[in-house]
Amino acid sequence: MMQAEEAYINLYKQHAKSVSKSCSDLLNGKRQAAFEKFQTLGFPKNTHEEYRHCDLREALSIDYGLNINRVKIPINPHDVFSCDVPNLSTKLFFVVNDQFYKNDKPIGLPEGVLCGSLNDLTETHARLLEPYYTRLSEKSSDGMVSFNTTFAQDGFVLYVPAGVALEKPIQLIQVLHGTVDMMANRRLLIIVEEGAKAQFLVCDHALSSRYFFSNQVTEIFVGKNASLEYYDLEMDQPNITRVSNTLVSQAASSQLLINGVTLQNGLSRNNINLCFEGEGATASLSGMALGNGNELIDNHIFVDHAVPRCNSQELYKYVLDDCAKGVFGGRILVQKGAQKTFAYQSNKNLCFTKEARMFAKPQLEIYADDVKCSHGTATGQMDEKALFYMRSRGISESEARLLLKFAFTADVLDNIRLEPLKDRMRMLVEKRFRGELAKCAGCSATNCK
Amino acid sequence: MLLEIKNLHASIEGKEILRGINLSINEGEIHAIMGPNGSGKSTLSAVLTGNPAYEVTDGEVWFRGKNLLSMSPEDRSREGLFLSFQYPVEIPGVSMVNFMRSAVNEHRKYRQESALSASDFLKLMREKRSIVELDSKLANRSVNEGFSGGEKKKNEIFQMAMLDPKLSILDETDSGLDIDALRIVAQGVNKLRTPQNSTIVITHYQRLLDYIVPDQVHILYKGRIVKTAGRELAIDLEERGYDWIKQEVEE
Repeated sequence: MMQAEEAYINLYKQHAKSVSKSCSDLLNGKRQAAFEKFQTLGFPKNTHEEYRHCDLREALSIDYGLNINRVKIPINPHDVFSCDVPNLSTKLFFVVNDQFYKNDKPIGLPEGVLCGSLNDLTETHARLLEPYYTRLSEKSSDGMVSFNTTFAQDGFVLYVPAGVALEKPIQLIQVLHGTVDMMANRRLLIIVEEGAKAQFLVCDHALSSRYFFSNQVTEIFVGKNASLEYYDLEMDQPNITRVSNTLVSQAASSQLLINGVTLQNGLSRNNINLCFEGEGATASLSGMALGNGNELIDNHIFVDHAVPRCNSQELYKYVLDDCAKGVFGGRILVQKGAQKTFAYQSNKNLCFTKEARMFAKPQLEIYADDVKCSHGTATGQMDEKALFYMRSRGISESEARLLLKFAFTADVLDNIRLEPLKDRMRMLVEKRFRGELAKCAGCSATNCK
Repeated sequence: MLLEIKNLHASIEGKEILRGINLSINEGEIHAIMGPNGSGKSTLSAVLTGNPAYEVTDGEVWFRGKNLLSMSPEDRSREGLFLSFQYPVEIPGVSMVNFMRSAVNEHRKYRQESALSASDFLKLMREKRSIVELDSKLANRSVNEGFSGGEKKKNEIFQMAMLDPKLSILDETDSGLDIDALRIVAQGVNKLRTPQNSTIVITHYQRLLDYIVPDQVHILYKGRIVKTAGRELAIDLEERGYDWIKQEVEE
C-alpha cells in the first residue's frame, strides 16, 4: 500500500466519528462499506490501463487538510461572485470547497423541487433520496469514488419531481478557497423524475493559490421521458487537481445532454460513466479541453448500451499548446441484445507545439448484430493552407491562428442549447485563446481576490 | 512602376521552378501570363504572395518601391497585393463575415485608420457582394465551405473588391467556371479597374482574355518568360497551341 493511502486510511480510522458527527444517517450509513472497498482498491495508479497517462502520485503526495470538523470557511461567495452571463437568469447556488453555502432566501422553485445541501436534504428527505444515494457509485471500481463515499460530508442535491419542468436553469458555482492546502470531497446528486425537465450548469473556480485536490462524485438519474441538460465548466488554476466521476443512469426515452468545457486548469481527470437502463433514450456527450502550460486534461467516457434502441453521440475536442497533455478514452459497450443501437464517437485534437501531447484511445465493443456504430479520432497540427490563405488576406499570423483555433472548437460550443451561455462561452474561449482570461472570469473577474 | 521582378529564381523541395523571371508592370496595366502546364505560372503567384512552401534562391522583387520579398504574406496584402487562388481554401468554422472583418480591419490598422463600425462594415459587404452577384447566404457561411466551384471563384473576386488591392493576381480564375459565371467574374474584375490598379491574369485559355483585355501577354515556359507581345499573341496561341513556342525556345 502506498503511503498516501495509508495516511488517509489512518485518518479515517482515527476520525470516523468526527466525519459522521454532523452528517445525516444516509451519508453515514454508506461509509463503512465504501471505506473497506477503498482499502482494497486504493487510489488509481498509472499502472492501471485507465490511468496510464494520468499520474496522480505527485498531486496525492501533498499533505492536504480535510475539513472534517466542518469549520466554516469565512467567505461569502455572493460578495465575490456575481455571475454576469448576460440574459442568463439562473437560480444560483454555491458550494465552498465541499460545503453547501447556506442562504436564508427562499429558492422560489416549484413545489416538490429540492435544491440545496446534500447533508441537510438527505436528513430531511431521507426516504426520498435513499434509493438514489450511492446506487451508481457502489458499482464503480474507481478508488476515488469509494474514497469520496467514505469522506463525503456535504454537497448538492437537485431533485425535480415527476412532470415538473424547471423554467430557469439551476447554476451551481463551486469555489475552492482556503489558506492551507486542502482536499474537498464533493458529492452531487441530481434526480430528474419521470417527464421532468431541468437545465443545470456547474462552474468550478478557485480563489486561492494553495494546492487543492477536489474529488467529486456526481450521480445523475434521468427518469422515463425526462430531459436534463448538464453543463460543466472548469476554469481554475494550475494548483488545482480535479478528479470528477459523473455516474449516470438513463431510463426509457429519456434525453440527456452533457457538455463539459475545461478552459483553464491544473490536472483534471473527468470520468463519465453512463448506462442506458431503459429503451429509446438519447445521450449527447460533448466536451472540449483547452490546454497550455503544463496542464493535463484527461476525459474518460464510458457509454454502456445495456438495452436496445438507444442513441449516444460523443464529440470531444482538444486544443493543446506549450507542454499541455490531453488524454481521451472513449469506450462504447453495446451489450448482447441491445439491437437498434446508434452510437457515434468523434475525437479531434490539435497540437500546436512539438511538446504538446495527445493520447487517444477509442474502444468499441459490440455484442449485438443490428446496430449502427462508428468512431473516429484524429490528431494533427494547424492547417497550413488555411493559415496561408488567411495571411494572404492581410490577417496577421497570430490572429489567423486564433481564428482557426476558435473555428476548431465551434461545433462543441454549438451543442450548448442555452443560448446566452453559448454566447458567453464563445467569448470566454476567445479570451482564453487571446491569453486575456483572468482567473475566474466566468463570473465577475474584477471582484476576484 | 508598380511591380518590378528582376532575375527571380525559386524552388520547392530543392527543385528549381522559376529560372530567372524578369517582368515590369506599371499602374493601370493588365498583363496576361500564359504557358503550358508546369511552366511555373502558379509558382510565380505563390512566390509573389509569400507562400512559405517556396524558397526564393535568387533575384529581387520591388513593389511600390519596397522590397516585397522581405515582407510577411500579411504585409504584402496590406501593401496592396492580392491573389485570387486557383484553389480557394475551405475554412470550416470561420464565417465569411468574421474572416472579412478581420482582414479589412487589419488593412485599416496598417494604414492607421480606425476599425469600421459594424454597420459600416455590413454596408461595405453588401455593396461589394453585388459586384459579383454573390449570394447573401454565402456571407454567413464558413469560408468557402460547401461552395460550388463557381461560388468559390466569385468569392475570391468579392474579397478582392473588399480589400481594394493595387495589384491583383488572378491565378486560373477561369478554371472550373461555366460561361455565365465566367462573365460575371470577368465583369466584376472590370468594374474594379481604375487607372491606378493593375492586374496579372494567369490563364491557359484565351477565353477569359475576351473579357479582361490585356495590354501585354507573356509566355512562361520552363521557368522563364520566353515571349512578350500584345493581346494578338493570346489569339495566336489559341489557334496554334504551344508547340511552336517550344520549338522556338529549343532552337
